[in-house]
Amino acid sequence: MNFQIAVLLGQDGVTNGAIYALLALSILLVFTVTRILLIPLGEFVTYGALTMAAIQSGEPTALVWLLLALMLIDCALDLRLLVQNGFSAHRARWIGLKLGYAVLMCVLIQTLPLADIPMFAQVLLTLGLLVPLGPIIYRLFFQPIASASSLVLMIVSIAVHVAMVGIGLLLFGPEGARTQPFSDTGFSLGPVMLKSQTLWVILVSVALIVMLFIAFERTLYGKALRATAVNRMGARLMGISPVFAGKATFAMATFIGAMSGILIAPITTLYFDSGFIISLKGFVGAIIGGLVSYPLAAAGAVVVGLIEAFSMFWASSYKEIIVFTLIIPFLLWRSLTSHHVEEDEEE
Amino acid sequence: MKPRHLLIGFIVLLAFAPLVLPTFQITLLNYIGLYALVVLGLVLLTGVGGMTSFGQAAFVGLGSYTSAYLTTTEQLPTWLAWASGSPWLSLLIGILLTTLVALILGALTLRLSGHYLPLGTIAWGISLYYLFGTLEGLGGHTGVSDLPPISLFGLVLDKGEEIYYLIWLVLLCAIFITQNLLNSREGRAIRALKGGQLMAESMGVNTFRSKLVVFLISALFAALSGWLYAHTQRFVNPTPFGLSMAIDYLFMALIGGVGSVWGALIGAGVFTMLKQALQDVLPHLLGSNGQYETIVFGLLIVVLMQKSPGGIWPILMRFVPAQLKRRRLLPEKPATSTELPHRTLPEHGQVILEARDVTRRFGGLVANNNMSLKIHAGEILALIGPNGAGKSTMFNQLSAVDTPTSGEVLFRGESLKGKSSREVAKMGMSRTFQHVKLLPTMTVLENVAIGAHLRGSKGVISSALHLERLEETSLLQEAERQLKRVGLGDYLYEEAGSLALGQQRILEIARALCADPCLLLLDEPAAGLRHKEKQALAELLSKLRGEGMAILLVEHDMDFVMGLVDRIVVMEFGEKIAEGLPEEIQTNPAVLEAYLGGAD
Amino acid sequence: MNATTTNTANSNARNSSGELLLDVKQLHVSYGMVEAVTGIDLQVREGQIVTVIGPNGAGKTTLLSAIIGMLKSKGDVHFDGNFYKVPDVEQMVGKGLGLVPEKRELFTSMSVADNLQLGAFQRYRRGDRGYETTLSEVYSLFPRLWERRKQLAGTLSGGERQMLAIGRALMGKPRLLMLDEPSLGLAPLITREIFRIFADLRRQGVSILLVEQNARAALKVADYAYVLEGGQVAMQGEAADLANDPRVIEAYLGLASKHQELLSS
Repeated sequence: MNFQIAVLLGQDGVTNGAIYALLALSILLVFTVTRILLIPLGEFVTYGALTMAAIQSGEPTALVWLLLALMLIDCALDLRLLVQNGFSAHRARWIGLKLGYAVLMCVLIQTLPLADIPMFAQVLLTLGLLVPLGPIIYRLFFQPIASASSLVLMIVSIAVHVAMVGIGLLLFGPEGARTQPFSDTGFSLGPVMLKSQTLWVILVSVALIVMLFIAFERTLYGKALRATAVNRMGARLMGISPVFAGKATFAMATFIGAMSGILIAPITTLYFDSGFIISLKGFVGAIIGGLVSYPLAAAGAVVVGLIEAFSMFWASSYKEIIVFTLIIPFLLWRSLTSHHVEEDEEE
Repeated sequence: MKPRHLLIGFIVLLAFAPLVLPTFQITLLNYIGLYALVVLGLVLLTGVGGMTSFGQAAFVGLGSYTSAYLTTTEQLPTWLAWASGSPWLSLLIGILLTTLVALILGALTLRLSGHYLPLGTIAWGISLYYLFGTLEGLGGHTGVSDLPPISLFGLVLDKGEEIYYLIWLVLLCAIFITQNLLNSREGRAIRALKGGQLMAESMGVNTFRSKLVVFLISALFAALSGWLYAHTQRFVNPTPFGLSMAIDYLFMALIGGVGSVWGALIGAGVFTMLKQALQDVLPHLLGSNGQYETIVFGLLIVVLMQKSPGGIWPILMRFVPAQLKRRRLLPEKPATSTELPHRTLPEHGQVILEARDVTRRFGGLVANNNMSLKIHAGEILALIGPNGAGKSTMFNQLSAVDTPTSGEVLFRGESLKGKSSREVAKMGMSRTFQHVKLLPTMTVLENVAIGAHLRGSKGVISSALHLERLEETSLLQEAERQLKRVGLGDYLYEEAGSLALGQQRILEIARALCADPCLLLLDEPAAGLRHKEKQALAELLSKLRGEGMAILLVEHDMDFVMGLVDRIVVMEFGEKIAEGLPEEIQTNPAVLEAYLGGAD
Repeated sequence: MNATTTNTANSNARNSSGELLLDVKQLHVSYGMVEAVTGIDLQVREGQIVTVIGPNGAGKTTLLSAIIGMLKSKGDVHFDGNFYKVPDVEQMVGKGLGLVPEKRELFTSMSVADNLQLGAFQRYRRGDRGYETTLSEVYSLFPRLWERRKQLAGTLSGGERQMLAIGRALMGKPRLLMLDEPSLGLAPLITREIFRIFADLRRQGVSILLVEQNARAALKVADYAYVLEGGQVAMQGEAADLANDPRVIEAYLGLASKHQELLSS
């Protein structure tokens, strides 16, 4: 291996690592706030990439119908609550807004010249289609069982993942897709050419992480989510509703997942079922972070990306094995450092 | 009708199935049997033991590939040559290999709590899967074909309806073994893993060992299923051992009811049939180029979990009349029932427990400061003080749950430093908990029998085969005796969770007594008790004192304490502010100040 | 069993000035098959301090959790004129009910200032930006919290934690503040301090429902008192009357009663 190859591999590693870091952060965020291991996160990545690809090829993506359908169910449930608990103008307006949004999306997708609008608008449209799915999924699938055992939460999370993979096939078909890079220029660094998309990935990832940091350190809503993660009971006593926290974290996770998909789509070909393995690598990063520490998780995820890239070069057929056995030493370390017998969190 | 009749009917139906059903249905039944065997392991591991594993499919693969490799490879390495060609010898090696792998993985991951275990199992499940597809000798992704059929007593089982009998025989044996195991001393320890580990450890149960045992058993069930699968298909490739199959196994377990042995069978059955039905129907509705059944499946599971988190089995059980469900747990009294041996209690007045200058700090907070106290045999000592005075922390130091920052605790002359609560239990210390810790869905009798864990010695294998019935009888009889002694004799077969709070506290005392201790540590035993119950408890404790037991009480109820105990130690702000006879304590100005402090 | 042993329950006889703020009727709470609270009736009027005393395990904490909607219960809860069949925590907090739980439930890895700010979450959400004023009020009530505002809540001492928990609850501008064992683990001096603050709060129009082990201190500060036993109201009456009731003295002031003279001399 010479220097040039090392730089190329390092570039790949850091790119993937940045994406894994974003995913690891979302996983941690959702887990600490809601106790849910967000296994369907990978599907948001693939949905993001595949929707972007569909839009770029000028296809009115069928995803909009999924959004409309789920929104209708969501609003039907809202209406039922409205009938049960008595009319409230605020709630009724909110239902109207949600329905209006879904219809607007349908109209936009059907009428806009999708392939010809600027890329920035394409990204916005993709996010606009996907991000509302997160809170709706939380509401429909997780909210009714918010206090269930972690096993049940995990199983439902897996079931949602399985269903979403099937729906992905239905919506996007079995073909993989790649999108156009954000810009065409490359940069040369000495003898090595840096791909511009690499820079985009790193820039956007860092920007997102900084934004997350600001949101959680400076805004009251961000602090409210942190508070829920620190002490759920205390947060409820402050009137921070777990439903609000769940929906908000799911919205963030969906946003980050979809954004990750959009970012890597020009570099990697993604298929409807590629999401799982990607989010699992995010999980590996999160595990290295001990499922608690955000900076550690992000660092761990970058390490995962680098190891993946280099093992690709040294022993490509053992790539996945190497990446996944990587967590064994961390598990071992955790198991040696935690001595006391721990009680289960709930019955 | 009894449950036994249902079972016999079921077996008869199974036996005649191949004579009436077409081959395709038999193939389905074979799959159900193979899946149910794996799911049975998951029920034990996840439902009973509370550990979630995504690694079962990989263990199935381990069983399959071991046999595939050994029975088809022409030139085995010389040290393995003896196992060549015979499925039975390869089964033996498969079992050994699985045991080895399970022990290593178990040692690595089972000490971890929460979500590390499932995530860890995902990781090695995936690794093993890719390994099957990558290793040269295992045929890569195309797999290994032409496996020999299993032959049994000269009978070659090369047709679906022949191996059917072997599969279901193995499955029924596995169910039998599992049920036996769960209704034994080892089984109670296993059932305590979910939500009762702290309690179990303090009763002397090695919870890590129990975890390893269930992990190993479930791995072996999976490997056995894999071996049967390989020789039913007579072909293996990596696909059925991947993560998606591991997920399917978990789905089956949760569909059927992860808490019950028969749930495994129902889950595997419903899952397999439903999947088949969906695969037949959906392509007509949605077109044929996808696996749309996954969508329906995913959503069905979400709905099931929202409506009945316990799966289908609990729904079925709602239709079963109550008298059918009620099992008598105490085995028939054998002719020679032996009473368990008792510990000889130390001589009256001897120092049993001694705390020397115990200090415990949490960060900047000093919870206990220079606490010293002594408890003698045949004495009741009360530790009192206002809420938040550090009594619970002190209790934890004395019971070896926590280690003092400085100072030491001596139990029967031996320092507790570095001792686990398990070892302390073995030495004769037994305790109750301030917040009652019992297993609410187990019977009162079984809960109390956990206390006698250290007084039995029969292991997993004799439990699984029910060769330990004599010992089991004496353990349960001891539990019954203690329950009668504390006045809960009428509730032996009730679910412990259905008792009133006061009764649950008394149950904890019976459980502690079942361990045959020489020192009893009671954390607020009178809280929530009615007046009469308090009197009964006081009588019981006086009687125990008369027999030479040393008893330490942490209590709030002054009336209860004053009338009963020999000496009192009063704590405030982590320190001992007074010690003496009840009468002395009642007039001690420092104590009065402590209790009335905030008033004026 | 549910005998009202003191007949001063007649609402006219009670601090009659205030409107009925909290009215709980026939409240039942069960944990699985065990019923922890069995049919409790309880009232708090505006400007009143009401205390609930009773032994460990009598259902005091359960009662508070059920009123604020933390636990599922059966029975009626009327708060500030509104009826709640199924109280919901967020809603109740929004309507001006605050609870300082026994375990404080602070956000330990966040700063004191953040903890206080989060106390105003519901107000902020409704667009009420007046919490800065409340913040300075809380700081002047507990100067110690101002000194420690940048420290993590987890590093505070026991007394400071209790101050923070109370301050955090006050940030929501509650009309009724419920406190579960506020004196738990606190030195007498701090307990005295905190009880004095309760009297201050009442003057500012905050009503208080106080659950206490320290029966003597509680009865001293309260207007009205309930004695809970085995999930039921065993006695109730004017706090001053109950403090002198021989049965209360016998049962709850226990040790103290025998030496009351000794102390007062």
